[in-house]
Amino acid sequence: MRYGKFLSILVIASLFLFAGCSSKPYSGKSITVWHWMTDREPAFNELAKRYEAKTGIKVNFELYAPSDAYSQKVRAAAQGANLPDIFGILGEKRDFSSFIKAGFILNLTPYMLEDNAKWKNSFFSKALAVNEFNDGNSYAVAPGIYGVPIDIMTIQMVYNKSLFKELGFNPNRPPQTFEELLAVGKKLKAANLEGLVSGWGEIWMIDCLANNYAFNIMGKDKVIATIKGEVPYTDADWIKVLSLFKQMQESGLLASGIVTMVNKTAEQLFANEKAVFAFNGSWSVNVYKGMNPKLEYGAFLPPKASDKYPMAIWGGAGSSFMINARSKNKEEAVKFLSWLTETPQQAYLAEATNNLPANKDSINKISDVMASFAKAMDYATHPNVWGVSEFSPVIEAFDKGIQSIIIGEKTPEQVAAEVQKIKERELAKKR
Amino acid sequence: MKFKSTLENYVFVAPAVIIFAIFYIIPFISVFQLAFFDWDGILPTKIFVGLSNFKEIIADKVWWQSVWQSGYITLIALTFQNAVAFLLAWACDREIRMKNFYRLIFFIPPVLSEVVVGLVWQWILNGNYGILNYWLTQFGLANLAHNWLSDPDTALTTVAIVHCWKGFGWGFLLFLAGLQTIPRELYEAARVDGANSWNAFKKVTIPLMIPVVVLVAILTILGTMQVFVLIYTMTGGGPGYHTEVPVLRILASMRGSSRFGYACAQGITFGVILCMVSFTQYLVNKRAKA
Amino acid sequence: MRSTIYYKAKKTSENIIIHLFMLTVAVTCIFPLLWMVSSSLKTQETIFKDMSIIPKALHFENYYQAWIQGGFGRYFLNSLIYTVAVVIGIIIISSLAAYAFSRLKFPGKNIIFFIFIAAMMIPIQGSFVALYVLLNKLHLRNTPVGYILCMINVGLSTSIFLLKTFFDKMPKELEDAARIDGCSKFGIWWNVALPLAKPVLAVVVVFNALNVWNEFILALLIFDSRPLMPLQVALITFQGEFVTRYPLLMAGLTISIIPILLLYVLMQKYIVKGVTQGAVVG
Repeated sequence: MRYGKFLSILVIASLFLFAGCSSKPYSGKSITVWHWMTDREPAFNELAKRYEAKTGIKVNFELYAPSDAYSQKVRAAAQGANLPDIFGILGEKRDFSSFIKAGFILNLTPYMLEDNAKWKNSFFSKALAVNEFNDGNSYAVAPGIYGVPIDIMTIQMVYNKSLFKELGFNPNRPPQTFEELLAVGKKLKAANLEGLVSGWGEIWMIDCLANNYAFNIMGKDKVIATIKGEVPYTDADWIKVLSLFKQMQESGLLASGIVTMVNKTAEQLFANEKAVFAFNGSWSVNVYKGMNPKLEYGAFLPPKASDKYPMAIWGGAGSSFMINARSKNKEEAVKFLSWLTETPQQAYLAEATNNLPANKDSINKISDVMASFAKAMDYATHPNVWGVSEFSPVIEAFDKGIQSIIIGEKTPEQVAAEVQKIKERELAKKR
Repeated sequence: MKFKSTLENYVFVAPAVIIFAIFYIIPFISVFQLAFFDWDGILPTKIFVGLSNFKEIIADKVWWQSVWQSGYITLIALTFQNAVAFLLAWACDREIRMKNFYRLIFFIPPVLSEVVVGLVWQWILNGNYGILNYWLTQFGLANLAHNWLSDPDTALTTVAIVHCWKGFGWGFLLFLAGLQTIPRELYEAARVDGANSWNAFKKVTIPLMIPVVVLVAILTILGTMQVFVLIYTMTGGGPGYHTEVPVLRILASMRGSSRFGYACAQGITFGVILCMVSFTQYLVNKRAKA
Repeated sequence: MRSTIYYKAKKTSENIIIHLFMLTVAVTCIFPLLWMVSSSLKTQETIFKDMSIIPKALHFENYYQAWIQGGFGRYFLNSLIYTVAVVIGIIIISSLAAYAFSRLKFPGKNIIFFIFIAAMMIPIQGSFVALYVLLNKLHLRNTPVGYILCMINVGLSTSIFLLKTFFDKMPKELEDAARIDGCSKFGIWWNVALPLAKPVLAVVVVFNALNVWNEFILALLIFDSRPLMPLQVALITFQGEFVTRYPLLMAGLTISIIPILLLYVLMQKYIVKGVTQGAVVG
């Protein structure tokens, strides 16, 4: 117990030391950026160094990860009015709109339109759309552009070329139709291989594929009409979408345990050639490269299940930065983000982090698979550009329902009825 | 003099009460208030909705399913986990070889990060190349081999067993500390009286250990009912809602759906349920003692 | 009459069964540890390919890489300071309170104790935002003091509950004797009650130390500046949004559990020998 006294003195002394260094006074101009992108931290720091060398303005990138903790921190900081000069918002467009309505985010439209909209035109329009609110949007936000896209992503299918050959298929011709996809599934049982892996335990990736097929089967307008409450989920087309998952399961295409799989496990399996297909985003190129540089694979759109409407995939801004409307340094912050999205900096970011740049002029220096992910941008859509948002409880019931279909617990019709019931409850609450 | 003495007694609890009041009670009051509002966690405007959050909780089937599921995990932890922990502590309390080694080893699971536990158990339990299924097949039980975490019939129990495995070290430690405080002379006396080891166990160990058993039981209930990190890393609450637990539901309301008021109401409801469970247990113990 | 051989055989077979049981449990406990250490010596390419426990090539440089890239030096020191401060704080504050709840009389005792216990039951996830706003008002946000006080609060209820249970169990005679000798209440708490409670104090130390050592959500919320962050934050840098650098993560995790295991070994002495030492004091 004698040590106790000594230790407590030590502790108290060190506390004062700490208190001393935490209250550093601001000197010169500096911009603080909060982000959650662990993988990009070194590249960001390098760019901050270059910016300081050029302009004398110090940029502090502060990393808070994992993204759940980051998200919570941003919300708490908003309540305490402690948001930094630049930050990102994770989550649905509805959350984004709340931050704008609460006055936390600067409208960037005037800056974007300067010099004949030079800044605006440097981006992929779909990347910008995620950060845009149009006239008469359902969120009641003043129209404008509120965020700067840093990179883009698309989510589609990848297939292992060597396993594909082993199964007796042409390694350069991935399945073109849903029937062809199922045909591969039927061959898997005999070959004792896993078929499709994906992070369907994290439910949003199920949502993504289901919505892709919804666009393919009923078209964008009907999907949006459903979200608006004009078409019920019990509609034949929605049941058809849900049934696709049942068919995939029955053909043996889906990997065992896919309903509780996290995406990182799915990536391990695909990288180590244990699975033929993966449904994954453009970021995976980097992941596969780290785990198995020799992996031979290609990317393709989810094979269409109907000829009525074109296939759509999710894509758009991978990550975006917003500027604090109440920041004293907002002019400097705008200048910094504008510099960050210029071609040389975007090219550096793309090269250093293996992400697709948001600036369309920086896209030429990328690998083949990466290029096909970039090309898929033509088919891309995203819930954040639809102008309407589905209620979260409905999305959850829909995705969890698909899990239940895959494990054979519920039929597509049952799930559709349950989802519709929750939809009606939420609609009633709104009225 | 009496007054001064009482005042002195308050000094003992004052530091605890002050810290607790500032860092627990004050935030709790705002959580309690929010439970009566509709708020997305961002906007400055909060809409007063009275009891409607609580009404919605009562009708929320998934919420109650999650409560029952955490109850099921708790039941397994109370019986299976604590029985194993007690047996191991009892064995380590005896004169047995390598007991220092065992004491160290049994504490590894609580120390290990959930990341490692999740990865290792996923590997053990995996459907196609998991070790468990491999051994089952080797022992001729191939029909039992399946994907343990994505089958709704086994997912919850599997998660519960991994949870027990992760937590039994604490019960072991507390039981051991309790057993160590039993004076050896009592065992000697029992032996002199001609009691065999089972009788000594029944007459000496069990009565003296009851307070520790109660303590471990309450801590197990609290620890298990609020479990979520492990489940989140292993199944994310799936398949469907089969491994959802209350804290995961609260986080889902806060995160995905930005229903902060609803999340607060869920937290309060859950706290009340836990208080009721613990209070019942306290009453049962009191009656058992009397 | 049964022979001594019978008893010896019975004893041996009993011991074999006990050892078998304990070894089975022990194997399940050691396996993940071995897996973690062996993974920490592999590369990103081999970690999920080469499933053997002893890897073909040992990459010890992972430990160096993890230490440097994670900036462990700084964070390690921070975590050490936070852990020591919180544990000392909790031990003093909770043992004072638990002793009062167990031995002393004052109005409102039961209600206050009940509130502490009830506090253990409400999930704290919802109160983070409120806590943040409060710390901001108290100017304790982004300060080690704020973090330490919050973490003391987190461990307080359970520690009081644990200690009170054990104080209730302890014989009162020693305290009575000390009182007659003219010891003050604080003197009795410090000289008689605490030494007797060593086994459970050791459990409280380990429990809270592990809690603080593994905490990072609250730290991320409270601290804005990275130099103040604890060790777990360094580990998260290896678990990227997309790319997880598994070997470095495993190396970092291995480094991070060493102090806790050491502390546990150190505290075992008190958990096990507590009784005899208490007897000496008497």
